[in-house]
Amino acid sequence: MTSAATIAYLLFAVRVNDLWYALPLIVVVSLVYSATRHELPQPIVSGAVRMAAWICGFMAIGFAVLFAVSSML
Amino acid sequence: MSSRTVPTSEPVVSATEEHIEIDLKDPAFAAFLAWLMPGLGHWYQGRTHKAVIFFVCVFGTFVYGLYLGEGRVVYASWRDNDHRLFYLCQVGVGLPALPALIQARREQPVQFPIYKDFMAPPKIVGAGPNDPDSLDGLQKRLSHFWEMGTVYTAIAGLLNILVIYDAWGGPAYSIAGKKEDDEKPDSGGEKEDKP
Repeated sequence: MTSAATIAYLLFAVRVNDLWYALPLIVVVSLVYSATRHELPQPIVSGAVRMAAWICGFMAIGFAVLFAVSSML
Repeated sequence: MSSRTVPTSEPVVSATEEHIEIDLKDPAFAAFLAWLMPGLGHWYQGRTHKAVIFFVCVFGTFVYGLYLGEGRVVYASWRDNDHRLFYLCQVGVGLPALPALIQARREQPVQFPIYKDFMAPPKIVGAGPNDPDSLDGLQKRLSHFWEMGTVYTAIAGLLNILVIYDAWGGPAYSIAGKKEDDEKPDSGGEKEDKP
């Protein structure tokens, strides 16, 4: 189990930079989705911020679950 | 001409109650323009700030995905060993993805200056695994950028479907046709205190 956890940590360390590619997608998806819900700039921006927070939260939870599972295998 | 109208004299109450007037002009034509180029339908409707947001976000995502995949991640192919289902998502962007259809129909793909085989389907038949123009060769050379570029361009196309719907039907949280509803009709039931 220790070696599996080490491999999981190593994989995370190697691939952690790939997470930056998610950032533009989160911004774009949040902005576009929010802009299709609202018409004025202020509600669009506040809705986008709220949705980006939700996406980041879901990604963090998914990452934590997968990381824990891969560490235990 | 179709429009979603509500009193403009009333202030914006909250994010979910946008009391504004939106003239959708010809919604079907606006939706077509929105498919043709992200943001163009909204520009036609005079919703310029949303047009800019959609153009920058959707078209920018598509272009960045193409850049990551060196212009090869968007291609149309229905060959036996290569059904490119991602193209169904990517074509949601409209005109920017259509060169792939032209490239797929040609025996010899059109050569472009920066990316030589831009949007051309990769070789499958008669190509060795080390051939740089084969599907295997491209995936080997581009590594995870192949997937990144595919995901970026596909998401751009899918997002543009939301944009098309917005150009056709207006934003989800605006209130349509409330002009007359806000004026309460006389019920005739007013109580009067008689002396």
